[in-house]
Amino acid sequence: MPRISVTVDGVTYEDDVEPRLLLVYYLRERLGLTGTNVGCDTSNCGACTVLFNGRSAKSCTILAAQADGAEVTTIQGLARNGEWHPLQKAFNAEHGLQCGYCTPGMIMASVDLLEHNDDPTDEEVRHGLEGNLCRCTGYQNIVKAVRAAAGEVREGATS
Amino acid sequence: MIPAAFDYTRVGSVDEAVQALGQHGEDAKVLAGGHSLIPLLRLRLAFPSVLVDVGRVDEMRGVRDDGDHLVIGAATTHDEVMHDDLVRQHCPVISDVVSQVGDPQVRHRGTFGGGIAHGDPAGDLPALALALDATFVIAGSGGRRDVAASDFFVDYLQTVLGAEDVLVEIKVPKLGSDWGHNYQKFNRVAQAWAIVGSLALVRRSDGSIDEARIGLTHMGSVPLRASATEQALAGASTDVIADACDQAAEGTSPPEDLNARADYRQHLARVLTRRAVEHALGG
Ligand SMILES: Cc1cc2nc3c(=O)[nH]c(=O)nc-3n(C[C@H](O)[C@H](O)[C@H](O)COP(=O)(O)OP(=O)(O)OC[C@H]3O[C@@H](n4cnc5c(N)ncnc54)[C@H](O)[C@@H]3O)c2cc1C
Ligand code: FES
Ligand code: FES
Repeated sequence: MPRISVTVDGVTYEDDVEPRLLLVYYLRERLGLTGTNVGCDTSNCGACTVLFNGRSAKSCTILAAQADGAEVTTIQGLARNGEWHPLQKAFNAEHGLQCGYCTPGMIMASVDLLEHNDDPTDEEVRHGLEGNLCRCTGYQNIVKAVRAAAGEVREGATS
Repeated sequence: MIPAAFDYTRVGSVDEAVQALGQHGEDAKVLAGGHSLIPLLRLRLAFPSVLVDVGRVDEMRGVRDDGDHLVIGAATTHDEVMHDDLVRQHCPVISDVVSQVGDPQVRHRGTFGGGIAHGDPAGDLPALALALDATFVIAGSGGRRDVAASDFFVDYLQTVLGAEDVLVEIKVPKLGSDWGHNYQKFNRVAQAWAIVGSLALVRRSDGSIDEARIGLTHMGSVPLRASATEQALAGASTDVIADACDQAAEGTSPPEDLNARADYRQHLARVLTRRAVEHALGG
C-alpha cells in the first residue's frame, strides 16, 4: 500500500492508503472531515471541491495516493481564529444556500475564483462556478454572495 | 462508486514509466490527470491492474520554445497550457480551445496530453491537434518516435499508443499573426462535452483566404478535418465561404446519441464551420 504524507487544513497526516481510495473518502472516512460532500458519480457536481496545492479540484477525482506531498484545504480549514471566511459570511448573509449540500464545494471553488479575480462580474462568477451544480437556489443568490464577498476581500486587502 | 482494486506506482521519468509499463504488461495504464480515467474506474468501465502515475514527471511538464515550433509537455495541465505566455503569443488558438474544456476544477487537474491520448472524438483537443498538424513524441520500449496527428487516432478511444507507450510531448507549429482562429463548441449546458465542435484556422491575405484548416469534434469515431471545405476555401475570395462550408460534413458518419441524430450533427457541422470561418476572419 502506498504511504502518503498529506497536509489537510494545516495538519500533516501520514497514512497507508489503498490505491483505489479516493481523496474525498480519505478526507471523510479516514480523517473524519465530513464537511466535504459527495454528490455524484461522474465528476460533474463539484460538491467535493477542495483546494489542492492552492487550486480548486474535485476530490472525488483524485486518488489519495496522488495527494502524497500535497496541501489540501477543505471547507473546514477556511475560518481563521474562529472567524468565518468572507465567503462563508456572504453565503449566509445573501442566502446563497438552501439545503446546503453544494455549499462547501461552491465556497471552495469561489475561493479559487476570487484569488484570481477579486472583482468578478456576474458573468465571470457564473462561468467560474461552471464546475459546481446547485439543485436548490437557481444560482442567483450564489452569484450575489460571491460578489459581496469579493467586495469584502478587496476591502480587507486595502485596510 | 468505488473503483475495483489496482496497484499504483508513481514514476519520476519517462524511462521509468516505459519500464513500469513493460513490466506490468497489457493491464497497466498510464495515469496523468485522472480526469478521464478515474471517472471510468469509478463507473467500473475500466479494470487496469496497475496505474503508472506520470503526473509528476518533470520532463513531461511545461511549454518550451523550439524555433518554429512550441513543445508542450504531455503532463502539463489544461490550466497551465491555457495561461502559458508562449502559447498565448505563438499559438493563441490553443489557449482559446483549452479554456473551453470542462470546468475550472477539471482544467486544474486534467492534462493536455491526457486529453489527446484518451482519444475521445468528443474531446476538444484531438480536433485541435489535427487542425494544427501537431506531432506527437511517443516513448516506448524501442525508443522514441514522432507520429503525426493525422496518423494517431485509430478509432473510438483508440490511438496508436501501445501498452508500453507514453505520450511525452506535443509539437505544434507557431502560427504567425496572419492566422485567425475560432472554435465553435456546441453544447446545451455548462461543462458539457461538444455535441459538435468546429475549429477554423484561417490564413488571410487582403480580401482572400490563403489557407484554411478545419478540425471537427464529435463527427465520427475519430477527430476529422473538413477537407472539402478546406479545399474550397484555399486561395478563394471570402464570397465563397457559405458555399464552401456547406461541404463541411462531406464524408462524415457522425454518431447518434440522446443529444443528436447523425443528420442533425451534419447540419451543425455546416453551420458551426461557417460561423467559425467567419469569426476566424474577424467577421
Ligand atoms: C466533468 C468533466 C468534464 C470534462 N469536459 C471536457 C470537455 O469539455 N472537453 C474535453 O476535451 N475534455 C473534457 N474532459 C476530460 C478532461 O479534459 C481530461 O482531463 C482529459 O480527457 C484526460 O486527461 P487526463 O490528464 O485527466 O488523463 P487521464 O484520465 O489520466 O488518462 C486518460 C487516458 O489517457 C491515457 N494517458 C494519459 N496521459 C498519457 C500519456 N502521457 N501517455 C500515454 N497515455 C496517457 C491514460 O492511460 C488513460 O487511458 C472532462 C472531464 C470531466 C471530469
Ligand atoms: S462528487 Fe460530484 S464532482 Fe465530486
Ligand atoms: S443549496 Fe441545495 S444544492 Fe445548492
